[in-house]
Amino acid sequence: MAKLTMVQSLNLALREALTEDPDVIIFGQDVGKDEGVFRVTEGLYRDFGPTRVVDMPVAESCIAGVAVGLAIRGLRPVAEMQFSGFGYHAFHQIENHLSRFRTRTRGRFTCPAVVRMPYAAGIRAIEHHSESRETIWAHLPGLKMVIPSGPRNARALLRSAIFDPDPVIFYEPKSVYRAFKEEVPDEPEQMPLGRSEVVKEGSDLTIISYGAMMRPTLEAAETLNDEHDISAEIVDLLTISPLDSETICASVRKTGRAVIVHEAPRTLGPGAEVAARIAEEALEYLEAPIRRVTGYDVIMPFFATERYFIPDVRRIVKAAKQVVDY
Amino acid sequence: MPRQPIHPTNKIESLSILDVEGRVDPQLDPRLEPDFLRRIFRGMLLARRLDERLLRLQRQGRIGTFGPGMGQEAASLGPAVALQPSDWFVPSFREGAAMLWRGWPIEKIILWWGGHEYGASTPPGQNDLPICVPVSSQCLHAAGIAWGCKYKNDPSVVVCFLGDGGTSEGDFHEALNFAAVHVLPVVYVVQNNHWAISLPREMQSKSATIAQKCVAYGMDGIQADGNDILAMYVAAREAYDKARAGGGPTLIEAVTYRLAMHTTADDPKKYRSEEEVACWRPREPLIRFEKYMRACGLLDDDGMARLEAEIAEEIRQAVERAESYEPDPMDSFRHTFSEMPESLAAQAREFAEFMAELKAEVREVSETRREMAES
Repeated sequence: MAKLTMVQSLNLALREALTEDPDVIIFGQDVGKDEGVFRVTEGLYRDFGPTRVVDMPVAESCIAGVAVGLAIRGLRPVAEMQFSGFGYHAFHQIENHLSRFRTRTRGRFTCPAVVRMPYAAGIRAIEHHSESRETIWAHLPGLKMVIPSGPRNARALLRSAIFDPDPVIFYEPKSVYRAFKEEVPDEPEQMPLGRSEVVKEGSDLTIISYGAMMRPTLEAAETLNDEHDISAEIVDLLTISPLDSETICASVRKTGRAVIVHEAPRTLGPGAEVAARIAEEALEYLEAPIRRVTGYDVIMPFFATERYFIPDVRRIVKAAKQVVDY
Repeated sequence: MPRQPIHPTNKIESLSILDVEGRVDPQLDPRLEPDFLRRIFRGMLLARRLDERLLRLQRQGRIGTFGPGMGQEAASLGPAVALQPSDWFVPSFREGAAMLWRGWPIEKIILWWGGHEYGASTPPGQNDLPICVPVSSQCLHAAGIAWGCKYKNDPSVVVCFLGDGGTSEGDFHEALNFAAVHVLPVVYVVQNNHWAISLPREMQSKSATIAQKCVAYGMDGIQADGNDILAMYVAAREAYDKARAGGGPTLIEAVTYRLAMHTTADDPKKYRSEEEVACWRPREPLIRFEKYMRACGLLDDDGMARLEAEIAEEIRQAVERAESYEPDPMDSFRHTFSEMPESLAAQAREFAEFMAELKAEVREVSETRREMAES
């Protein structure tokens, strides 16, 4: 067991995959000599060389498009978009090809590729570096959309993503990259994609969140417990698509109340789908309307004012109390 | 059909006017007016000093990540000074020298790097787009603006800046292709500073020069010494004249060098040698231009000292203005649409309530602190 940050645990998962499978290849802008702008690929170029860890030109469509080709040719490409904000350059390749090859060739060609992208605000980055646009990718059929929340699940989920037979968009909450350390086991771990996790049991309401918002959510649960005598159950989605209705609805059936927290804008955000699933599968158990604590439907502000736009403990506690006091 | 070599018909040249020692080639000297030269020199010095100040502000945590333009001042300033004020200027993010020349107040540049949208708000009357971060995406906007100028019989031209890394993006190709086909009045200036963060120029493109990419698009191209202010001025002026006369786009490769880091978020020592940087240092544009100005008798020690003092004061005042700027976070709601839809207005009310609670709490905390201090 070692205590690692998320940057270190992701690095470990990449190192393990490169070691175990000669078909794993890592590429992106500045992932080689520079070891990644966030140091996620630290030491990999040095240890695995320039044929396995490849610096790419400034061309995101190229990065995604060649990932499709490499996957078709039998490799396991792990591509990096330097920031999710530049992943839109690659949208066309991801939507029109990466997500579709299995379906349109009826399984003759598949794309077991991973596209890693750091997302979220909170690190005082410049324009286009702070958005949470998971909905865009989660909305595309044929893609899995995974977002870890801590070092341990990040390492396990990345491993699962790399060895998954289907394409995965892997969003990394960059505000969590170095925020805290966690015990990570020595042996490689996997977590099933498409499964959420109850990370804290509770009885009064369910708070559903993921990624960068798990920390304020867990902190809010403590405040609710300590100051308001409210017992919150916390669900970490982990995979945004395909969504694990079963875990979400089982928890809501138990508590009868739900609050959903995400940094992404509210309209058609992942919370909308979660709320719809609850409405479809657990409506009769609800004792209060569902509430969402989310980013607003505005362009993510430049960093000087971004902190006001990121959901925080205060807003989560307030929403939870409203739902419980309803 | 026999097999025959094909010779591209577009013109492609290289151009250098001031050598490394600041000696001018008399055949190519554009013979600019002394006052104009003094203004240009001042502009270059201001850009350098502002970069140095911004680097210090970044180290002190007073602005965010910053990408300095040190060593590239001539490459961006030359094309800017050759523009008419009503022409269009489409920057990337390393054109501080050109932005200052175009009239951007220093504090707006500080505020952009300080994380304020106000720094992206072009001053009224200026036909300039703000700093553009997504690499090369601005190339298409420049083509669109040039198309619009042509459509409206507006004699303005457009200059668009990007870097060597930007030539790998699809948007670059699409823009140049379109601009050439439609004979648009646009000039693309590639600041080839040899590094796209950690990727060296030779890993970015197999082209021997970036200028020669023009041939494939069917436009003229020129490789200018990007550290030579006069070469950059002449290359741009000729390209603008041609564009204004209906001759279509030009690709200018400015051969320069990024003396500092890509941004303050990276450490160049990780990926490039000190020897390489040392080799480029004496070729940088400011020293060269200063030598030229002194040789022409347009600058002496006293003049230089006066200029330095003036610029230092100008920057000091701008930092003060920038740091006294108070953003209104509600602006993000106000500027989403021309009219706020009701669903967004509801969110704006929720946000206002949250901000009020936050303020009340801050007030409460400071009052408690004061009471504790008093007792």
